Amino acid sequence: MIEVIYILWLRQLQHYWRSKARLLGSLGQPLLFLVTFGFGFGPMYARASGGGNYMDFLAPGIVSMSILFTAVFSGLEVIWDRQFGFLKETLVAPISRTEIMIGKTLGGASIAMIQGLIVLSLTYLLGFRIPSLASLGLGLVFMFLIAVFFTGLGLTIASKMKDMHGFQLIMNFLIMPIFFLSGALFPLENLPPAIYFISRIDPLTYGVDGLRGAIAGMSMFGVYNDLVIMGLLSVFICAIGAVLFSRIEA
Amino acid sequence: MQNILSVQSLTKKFDDFTAVKDISFNVEAGSIFAFLGPNGAGKSTTIKMLTTVLRPTSGEISINGFNALKEQDRARASFGIVFQDHSLDDELTAYENIVYHAVIYKVPKKERAERIRKALEIVGLWDRRGDYVKKYSGGMKRRLEIARALVHYPKILFLDEPTVGLDPQTRNAIWNHIRSLNKERGMTIFLTTHYMEEAEAIADQIAIIDHGKIIESGTVEEIKNRTETESLEEAFLKLTGRDIRDDNVPGNKMRTIRGMRRRTRR
Repeated sequence: MIEVIYILWLRQLQHYWRSKARLLGSLGQPLLFLVTFGFGFGPMYARASGGGNYMDFLAPGIVSMSILFTAVFSGLEVIWDRQFGFLKETLVAPISRTEIMIGKTLGGASIAMIQGLIVLSLTYLLGFRIPSLASLGLGLVFMFLIAVFFTGLGLTIASKMKDMHGFQLIMNFLIMPIFFLSGALFPLENLPPAIYFISRIDPLTYGVDGLRGAIAGMSMFGVYNDLVIMGLLSVFICAIGAVLFSRIEA
Repeated sequence: MQNILSVQSLTKKFDDFTAVKDISFNVEAGSIFAFLGPNGAGKSTTIKMLTTVLRPTSGEISINGFNALKEQDRARASFGIVFQDHSLDDELTAYENIVYHAVIYKVPKKERAERIRKALEIVGLWDRRGDYVKKYSGGMKRRLEIARALVHYPKILFLDEPTVGLDPQTRNAIWNHIRSLNKERGMTIFLTTHYMEEAEAIADQIAIIDHGKIIESGTVEEIKNRTETESLEEAFLKLTGRDIRDDNVPGNKMRTIRGMRRRTRR
């Protein structure tokens, strides 16, 4: 059981490590956002919040963003496996579909975590500071939960997709709204009711809020509430994914 | 002789199309069984159901004494399969591909290295084990897939068109290897192929499927006698007609290829 999960995990890390272009390329967007939004909106944020530092607000949001995208892509990679025929090899093996789901979730989540950590170190260069080791520890827990949830979501979606044609649909109508309405870039206050509602059912809202509470000391819902919500959501999505994986046909 | 594979009234319907209609057959342990049919006859759909990746609409499958629908994992551990289309991970080395297979098939850790070495030596790829699969030629990939399917010592090996697109040298080597696996280890072989002379040379038993039904089965001699023909190819053409078929299984990649061919023909 453990070894099966390990080999599934290892394969994904080998893929990640061997494609340096992807590793570097996916750092471009977070860096661009940090620099342009950070310095662009910084003065406005300071005026509106009465002297607040926008980088402190933005850094956890961008770390969450990079985890979100990396995690979802890692999950959706199963579609490539399906198209290149490798998924069959895994599906005809005498292993439970739950093992496959766990192995793939941990693999994707580990990659997303590494990506998140790289972005977190970039924020250090831009002047973001984490107050203590304890808050870093709690921050890592939130990063991991975001990574697990969104890899699980990617896998769940992938189990229902036959090819990459629906990719744009998923990106523009699911992943981008999840990102923009999560409070990663701006505070979720004084919003129109519809937007307010969507932001509250957005899982990433609680991930961003928890991470921001942990490493920047700013939280709307309370760090422990966020922790419980993200924990439950992660378990929930993995369970759904495992069920859907057991119904996959090649 | 005991039956290692037994199929009862197997049927698969896709929406409005019945790909496999109520077929039944048995495969004796230790034999080489060729499953033949024109494109779109239902061969691949049948193999997918036998190897548990597609659920039948109705019917029973028993592999090595295990119900392939209820005791899936035990049935899965009993067979090896070489798929018709590519199923290797190009971004891993040949060795890593086989290790992955050995682990997910729960080959005991102590025996793993030795078994992998043997499997790769048999197909002549031991020296190239460290290469990425994307650097392999088509024939090498096929040999690697066969080696991989042997690592967990399957009782029955499914080969879905194992020699398609390969040069005569490689085809010969692969058939010799398959024959020796059958003779020396008593491994049952279930294969599909469009090369009738290959099937004629290697198979103990043959079943011919068309339009989702088995229309003829028996030894090569029996089939030739019944159809009053000189070769399996003639018998095949007599039984299935000379019309060119479309591979019309829903969701099959062949569809697009067919569409493309049509377009270029115009």
